[in-house]
Amino acid sequence: MRIELIRRPERSAAMAWLSPVIAVVLTLVAGAIIFAANGIDPLQGLYVYFLEPLTLPFTLYELVVKAIPIIIIAVGLALCYLSNVWNIGAEGQLTVGAITGSLLPILFPDFQNVLTLPIMLLMGILGGALYAAIPAVLKSRFGTNEILTSLMLVYVAAYLLDWLVRGPLRDPQGFGFPGSRPFTDFQVMPILFPGSRVHLGLVFALVVVVGAWFILHRTITGFAITTLGQAPRAGAFAGFSRRRMTMLVFLISGGLAGLAGIAEVAGPVGKLEVVISPGYGFTAIIVAFLGRLNPAAIVVAGLVLALSFIGSERAQIVLGMSSQTGRVFQGMLLFFVLACDTFILYRLRFVRTPHAPLARSAE
Amino acid sequence: MSMAEAIIVTIVIASTPLLLAALGELVAERSGVLNLGVEGMMIMGAVTGFIASYETGQPIFGILASLAAGMLTASLFAFVTLVLVANQVASGLALTLLGIGFSALIGESYASKPGVRLAQIHIPGLSDIPFVGPILFGQDPLVYVTVALTVGVSWFLFRTRGGLVLRAVGDNHVSAHALGYGVVRVRFLAVLFGGACAGLAGAYLSLVSTSQWLDNMTAGRGWIALALVVFATWLPWRLAVGALLFGAVGILQFHAQALGVRVPAQFLSALPYLITIVVLVLISGNRMLMRSNTPAMLGQSFVPDR
Repeated sequence: MRIELIRRPERSAAMAWLSPVIAVVLTLVAGAIIFAANGIDPLQGLYVYFLEPLTLPFTLYELVVKAIPIIIIAVGLALCYLSNVWNIGAEGQLTVGAITGSLLPILFPDFQNVLTLPIMLLMGILGGALYAAIPAVLKSRFGTNEILTSLMLVYVAAYLLDWLVRGPLRDPQGFGFPGSRPFTDFQVMPILFPGSRVHLGLVFALVVVVGAWFILHRTITGFAITTLGQAPRAGAFAGFSRRRMTMLVFLISGGLAGLAGIAEVAGPVGKLEVVISPGYGFTAIIVAFLGRLNPAAIVVAGLVLALSFIGSERAQIVLGMSSQTGRVFQGMLLFFVLACDTFILYRLRFVRTPHAPLARSAE
Repeated sequence: MSMAEAIIVTIVIASTPLLLAALGELVAERSGVLNLGVEGMMIMGAVTGFIASYETGQPIFGILASLAAGMLTASLFAFVTLVLVANQVASGLALTLLGIGFSALIGESYASKPGVRLAQIHIPGLSDIPFVGPILFGQDPLVYVTVALTVGVSWFLFRTRGGLVLRAVGDNHVSAHALGYGVVRVRFLAVLFGGACAGLAGAYLSLVSTSQWLDNMTAGRGWIALALVVFATWLPWRLAVGALLFGAVGILQFHAQALGVRVPAQFLSALPYLITIVVLVLISGNRMLMRSNTPAMLGQSFVPDR
């Protein structure tokens, strides 16, 4: 028997909504198998992992804390991927944004007024955008593959951060441990809900989502993004510049990743450290696809992926599961989403095997 | 062993996994498939290679396990991108993320355990020749496998009918399909070959370079292998040159400190990634070179019309 793909007459709207749901269900099934293979009751495993965090107020707040950077970054990446530009170095842009944003509070710790945080955030955005401009310039000037360059820069940024927090930016009162001095007062993100760690970044995330939706659906730039992504030739005839678009979406996504970075160090992390993100920049790639590159759906997808971080922490404490299971779930989820997406445009037909293709008989 | 000998031997050890992984990816890309999951296949090869050789005490079982793991993960990618025509870039990323996570999960209890090391060959007489001996006749067996594979891939691609078909599929899948060649089948096999090579490259890291399993131990080597393929403009021989070059840069950090170079260690660690970017820019700036060798269908899905 052979599987054939038959193109649907038109895009299946039902599948477009169903495919992420099916992907999540398939991931849960695969997750149950992994739990069983590790000698854990699959139902209990799934409960601890995916349901229990939703029943406790503390973990619900933490879910939002984790979702903030993921959603901010994923929206920027969605703009890239919609225009067929492949920025996969958001993790590096996050790191550089965190560094540039932290320069003010570390170098001028006494600069404490209402302007402190806004300047930090702006410098974070600028740092992330400039770092993203490197692959964008190399792409449009020399045609260099932006996938490889943006990813290489993730490693470079990680080493830069490592050097800074062990060397020039290390806390002199830190007993020789790596890490900057902790941020205080006007240098930290205001908390929105007392008793939680949910910070001002939540507002930024919502503004970013609405802003991206507006750009995509109400502006000519948004039209250029989708046109260049889906029909590059048509876009060129319409006068949209591929190079300027590459630059634009890289700057936007880099700036947003930088914002997420500085919001993390000025928020939940509290200072510049060796590790400031558990891979939010990579998780955001999955979120962008799970959310169909649609800003509103990315909010839901971001919460789902944030749950995988919280769940793996819970599963580690309650079930003694490896902390790595979260990463496995994330990888599987992206695979299932991509596979299910096929059925938006195609349906399957099963064909009995003794069936010689016409072309073969032409010999 | 003199200093120069030691340096050359370490360069070879650093280059071999890069060359292995890049050779596999080159074949896949020549057939028109861009598999960004090299890092994921490589780390799966590293972890299964370590576990199998640790449990059996025999490096050969580690090598076989890494080949199987590489091909298994590659077939996952091949099914999603070739049969279900999913986006190749995104699927490759998924494979990398999945591989890094899954390897960390199954390798967790093996971290920091002493592994089995694949011994170097010793040919009495030949291996003892000063300078030439250890370099030409005293490497581990996988180095010779890699050299043979480089010759083999070059011969297959440019001197055999099968290679011609594979390149035709990569350059124009519509025409190749019209001529009666199974585009999907050819690509599936090419991706499987790529997976086997990446798996073996991973095993090289955990059986030869270090003989231990470390979380995320490939550290971007899969991505550097991808860059190498572009650097070599899809030609196997240039791949060998590039791998030696990158291997040399990679071990620079160990020798620079011995030579008393006053640079932060982090800068030396970041150097291979920076040089990769510079090299990519230099090569891709040369439009003629790129246009004449890039497989025309690279990264494009194919749905046969019947």
